[in-house]
Amino acid sequence: MKAIHNLIQSIKPHFEEGGKLSRFWVVFDSLETFAFTPGHVTHSGAHIRDGIDLKRTMFLVIVAMVPCLLFGMWNIGHQYHLSLGQTSDLLANVLVGAWKVIPLIVVSYGVGLGIEFIFAGMRGHSINEGYLVSGMLIPLIMPVDVPLWMVALAVAFAVVVAKEVFGGTGMNILNVALTARAFLFFAYPKQLSGEIWIHDVAASKAGGMLVDGYTGATALGHLAGTVGTAADQASAATMSLFADGGMFSLSNCFLGLIPGSVGETSALACLIGAAVLIWTGIGSWRVIASFLAGGLVMGFLFNLIGANAYMTISPIHQVVMGGFMFGMVFMATDPVSAAQTDTGKLWYGFFGGLFSIMIRVFNPAYPEGVMMAILFMNVMAPLIDHYVIEANIKRREKRLTAATA
Amino acid sequence: MSKTLRIKKGVDIRLTGEPALTCGDAPRPKVVAVQPTDFPGLTPKLAVKEGTQVQAGEALFYDKTYTSVMFVSPVSGMVKEVVRGAKRRILAVVVEADGTDNAKDFGAWNGGDRDALVAHMAAGGAFATMRQRPFDVLANPADTPRAIYVSGFDSAPLAVDTGVATEGRMDDLQRGIDALGVLAGQGGVHVGTRAGDNTLSGLNGCTTTAFNGPHPAGNVGVQIHHTAPINKGEVIWTMGLQDVINLGAFLRTGHYAADRVVALGGSEMNDPRHIRTVAGIKLSDLGVQANAGARVISGSVLTGTSTGEEGYLGGFATQVVALPEGHDPKFLLTEGWLSPGLNKFSMSRAYPTWLMPKSKQYTLDTNQNGEDRAFVVSGQYEAVFPFDIFPVHLVKSIMVNDIDAMEKLGIYEVAPEDFALCEFVCTSKIPVQSIVRDGLDALKVELG
Repeated sequence: MKAIHNLIQSIKPHFEEGGKLSRFWVVFDSLETFAFTPGHVTHSGAHIRDGIDLKRTMFLVIVAMVPCLLFGMWNIGHQYHLSLGQTSDLLANVLVGAWKVIPLIVVSYGVGLGIEFIFAGMRGHSINEGYLVSGMLIPLIMPVDVPLWMVALAVAFAVVVAKEVFGGTGMNILNVALTARAFLFFAYPKQLSGEIWIHDVAASKAGGMLVDGYTGATALGHLAGTVGTAADQASAATMSLFADGGMFSLSNCFLGLIPGSVGETSALACLIGAAVLIWTGIGSWRVIASFLAGGLVMGFLFNLIGANAYMTISPIHQVVMGGFMFGMVFMATDPVSAAQTDTGKLWYGFFGGLFSIMIRVFNPAYPEGVMMAILFMNVMAPLIDHYVIEANIKRREKRLTAATA
Repeated sequence: MSKTLRIKKGVDIRLTGEPALTCGDAPRPKVVAVQPTDFPGLTPKLAVKEGTQVQAGEALFYDKTYTSVMFVSPVSGMVKEVVRGAKRRILAVVVEADGTDNAKDFGAWNGGDRDALVAHMAAGGAFATMRQRPFDVLANPADTPRAIYVSGFDSAPLAVDTGVATEGRMDDLQRGIDALGVLAGQGGVHVGTRAGDNTLSGLNGCTTTAFNGPHPAGNVGVQIHHTAPINKGEVIWTMGLQDVINLGAFLRTGHYAADRVVALGGSEMNDPRHIRTVAGIKLSDLGVQANAGARVISGSVLTGTSTGEEGYLGGFATQVVALPEGHDPKFLLTEGWLSPGLNKFSMSRAYPTWLMPKSKQYTLDTNQNGEDRAFVVSGQYEAVFPFDIFPVHLVKSIMVNDIDAMEKLGIYEVAPEDFALCEFVCTSKIPVQSIVRDGLDALKVELG
């Protein structure tokens, strides 16, 4: 370490004011502080400080995402081989997955951090850690076969419009990663609704290599197709996919052995992530628990109504399909865009979960209801907090009236 | 039987170098300083010049607004220096002690009405340590406070022990409490005690409430909030336990008393223990022996001032702490943000030390443990802030100088010290205490 420290210190003068490379100070500074927590000592207020910093916080979120990432990689290969009717081993699956995921990660971090560096340089502050998490979230919510240039565009849009225009990490109103996804969804609806959920599925289809009847659609895509049609044979056939032994059976959905975005398919992996976040206290259990409750309540209500086949899916099945769990664990819990008060978090999570299921069932044009629901709740979060705080203010005013009366 | 209240929010930070429960006498002070900067809200007007001979109890300066409130010399001697800072602001009045017991005689207090008592205390320097909420500043002697609160224990890390501080002083304490009873309005005098500690249970003339729970349960602001919170327009006075004892001694003898039992602690402090001395003593005279390179703090590790061994014991300080400085950069894998962190203390559970028993003691240094950032994480302040107030929103309202919002969000009830743990736990390393101080000052100016 001493050697690394000395090396960094020896090249530091080049980056300082007046040095040849001073315009790259931000890059140098971020790398230096990445390697060494600076020897800044407290100068005002408390003389000792908690061991936590934003780097550790963000790092733990990434740790929580690792199960989703690894499982997602494997599942990409698994789904690919399934679509071709081939059997495959672990290594082959992971290799296919890595081939798809690593470029996504590289593009996401490359473009996102690049923009961060530019803005940090312009504003003269150091790089904030926020994008470490966003940059890993974005690949995990991308369809498997999304073109990389679209990812780059979406990242650029999200970082600039959702974050930097508001002032950077900590100031954004919308979740950055979800903004990237929403951008793709609205800017390229055609490309994003097509056959991009399984590696090379379009090419396989053209080559006639697909297994008979294989469509490559996601669970939500299938279900969306049943809405508006009477409970006829077609929807009955779809529903059979969701029965025990079907492609989208409860256990397949829970384990994640289904097509979908890179990291979202496995409810199990998401729950492991949730356990890490709650255990370390980084993610709010209030948001996660109330989000789940909201989803289950809506699913249960739909069961009671039962107006179409989609509504008859059991609440448990609803919450393990699609991006619900992933959104619940990694998107809704983003502390910056979520509600900030404890009571507010409960309402925020509950309605987030409720709307996720409601949107996906009511509006088949938006199969991924969780994205819309969380973005909507991001916008609503300040309002929720406002009412929680108003209640606190009212309580104080009441106390005053009681005291003076 | 007093009521017991449970404070759930907060945290006890256990540091190594806990002071032993023994108490010796410090050597006689050679040099003392009275520092106007210790008293928020004070604008000092000098009553002496360099070279003036003063007796103990003679005024060194007084407040510009409340001109009757004298700040007096704790020792007999000569004014050696008036230390000034930027814009000629007075930082300290330093008195060189002559080693005699010459003291100005104000006469023992034989009873009288409230106004006479206030005037007696103000003239004799015994009113200088009275603080008021809102604003956490020097109390206005013309006010009649709703109630007067005294915290009977300090819950900060390495704090002075109530039993040691009050040993043999219960008579003076009772006399002080009785005097406060004359000053207080209909709310009377309240003393907060630590649940399970009966040291103060014999006090009369006051309402005692026991508090059970982690720091900041010993903060007087927390105790006020949980017994009868301050409303807009109300005034509460507060006084430190040892200052009440000194008040009692002053009323008994007629001589100014500035006795102070101080806890010497911290991992860099040699022989951590309690010691009996006077406020304002030079720390090197006190016999503080800290390891080389350590930060010597007058006051607690959460709220104190870094003075060094050549500094002076602050006007309200009951602790001197020596901590290791944290100048060394921390490599990410061994000590930094990717390290296992087996010696890092954190309120979050980001390091595995939260699995350790709560009694585990930590040696913490003064490193900020991270860089300055904007607010990101939510819910942290709330976990260590036992008020029915939204701390982050209050802090933000101060940052944007929104007076109306500050009032509505409850700024009247708080003092910077109540936010010390918020500052400690903050992931984004936001200087919360100085922000709150600025907010209180701005509000005071606004309200005239």
